[in-house]
Amino acid sequence: MKANRLGAWIAIAIGAIYFVVPLIGTLEFSLRMRRGEYSLDAYRSVFADIQFRETFGYSMLMAVATIIFGMLLVVPTAYWVRLRLPQVRPIIEFITLLPLVIPAIVIVFGYLRLYNSSSWIPFTASREATNALLMFAYMTLSLPYMYRAVDTAMRAIDVATLTEAAESLGAKWPTILFRCIFPNVMSGVLSGAFITFAIVMGEFTMAALLNRPAFGPYLQLVGANKAYEPSALAVIAFSITWISMGLIQLVSRFNRAATAKV
Amino acid sequence: MAFLELTNLQKFYGTTHVVRDFNMAIEKGEFISFLGPSGCGKTTTLRMVAGFETPSSGTIIINGVDQSSLKPNQRNIGMVFQSYALFPNMTVFDNVAFGLKIANKPKTEIDARVREMLALIRLDHLADRYPYQMSGGQQQRVALARALAVKPQVLLLDEPLSALDAKIRISLREEIRAIQQQLGITTIYVTHDQEEALSMSDRIVVMNAGHADQIGTPFEIYNNPATRFVASFVGTLSFLEAVVVDGSAGRVAIGPQQFTLREPFTGYNAGDAISLALRPESVSLLDTEGRDVTIPGEVVSVSFLGSVIRTKVIVNGSTISFDMFNNPGFVPPAVGSTVDLRFAASDLLIVRD
Repeated sequence: MKANRLGAWIAIAIGAIYFVVPLIGTLEFSLRMRRGEYSLDAYRSVFADIQFRETFGYSMLMAVATIIFGMLLVVPTAYWVRLRLPQVRPIIEFITLLPLVIPAIVIVFGYLRLYNSSSWIPFTASREATNALLMFAYMTLSLPYMYRAVDTAMRAIDVATLTEAAESLGAKWPTILFRCIFPNVMSGVLSGAFITFAIVMGEFTMAALLNRPAFGPYLQLVGANKAYEPSALAVIAFSITWISMGLIQLVSRFNRAATAKV
Repeated sequence: MAFLELTNLQKFYGTTHVVRDFNMAIEKGEFISFLGPSGCGKTTTLRMVAGFETPSSGTIIINGVDQSSLKPNQRNIGMVFQSYALFPNMTVFDNVAFGLKIANKPKTEIDARVREMLALIRLDHLADRYPYQMSGGQQQRVALARALAVKPQVLLLDEPLSALDAKIRISLREEIRAIQQQLGITTIYVTHDQEEALSMSDRIVVMNAGHADQIGTPFEIYNNPATRFVASFVGTLSFLEAVVVDGSAGRVAIGPQQFTLREPFTGYNAGDAISLALRPESVSLLDTEGRDVTIPGEVVSVSFLGSVIRTKVIVNGSTISFDMFNNPGFVPPAVGSTVDLRFAASDLLIVRD
């Protein structure tokens, strides 16, 4: 028993060293821009760069748009599959998993072939339409996480009975969806939203190949041309991801606490 | 014309015939229970009335209006579910107010109606609570108030007490019945609990395999079961195998003893075997007035159930179960001993399949 526990601790320690040492190294390096002492110069340099603010703002905006449109697509889909079309659940699950197995570069080449400026639907012909295409691409990438988060939240409530209760009280579909179902799967929606946010903020392939000024390509650009700033940016990017994960934990904990009291 | 008419209702799921030729007329203000085991079609019938299931054929008419083309949200039917189905994101007040808000009632009217409903279920002090902060019994009372707030023309309750413990079930069923009588609302109540159905209903529909085996008052259902299924499902029955002596005179024989039943019967010839049923409370060891049949039997089990002692006795190969009130001075018969069972021949019921 004791030997087992020791083995577990050793495994955890090896894992922690594997993950933590490079992060500490990156953090430490990002603070060494000024010779002979630690400073936040690299961070100051990053925040002073107008491109950083522009690309960060662009990616934030894209993340928010992706989350809103993603929710509008995923919540009603998950709801209908659960309520009326349980037989198509395996198909929907398969479709939502595809972005995990098809590389982003394949998806974006497919987009460029289908939606180029000389196609029937020329998404890439204008900046606004390309932005929309990039947002749809982000929605596709976040689908596996968003769908599962929402579907799990729906499993926790009795969607069918709540729907029937609302119907018997005279409610129609939009009311049922937005007043009775949506608020009760908010924890799942928020979890999906934070994952989506983290994905969008760090995504490189699609934004680069669609030539949009996103944070991912900016990270690559800085990494290729500067010394200390890429480390500072890596720490910032990790922080965004961790904050998102922390918020997911927080939301799930609130949800668990509320469910436990039922 | 009755207030609620179900005519030739049928429901198929694929090739499975779930509800068979269901007919019933319900008067305004009646409390009707659909009673039966799981899978007998009682909930499906209720859901067809609510509009959640579409009948394969047949009509549902409420207050002269055919409901076939109406969606559930157009029927003005209140529904209470086994799982309460309160909206977890809303307070008690908002849950009860939900239907009134959907109907675009003025705020003052909503306020007044919700307060009235909460007072009716005696939970006005919990208006700001969320469902997860309440017990199951309280949640079900809120669900009842929510269903009643919109003044539905019919109230449907789908096994509303099944998830509650025994004590709460008893108090809540009395409360539901009292509220129903106070409001005079036409009510259909689905249950598999015979005690609930017997204690609450004006009439009971006993359902078996999608078919209404018998429709009648609790008294009729209990005392004159139409089929063997009804007899065995409602209450406890012991069956005695007898031989017909003369059906037109109501004469039968058990072993060497002959006696006359309450009424003459048809469909049997002299010498035919016939099943007679007997309620536990009809049998006694005491020789009291009116108990004109005495049959000896061997005690095979004695069970102490608190207020009563249930004893099983073998008579001519049939097991007779009967109850005796418990009292501290009473010594129950010993297992293996022979006792004389006494009952009135008029209490014997003929049970047909």
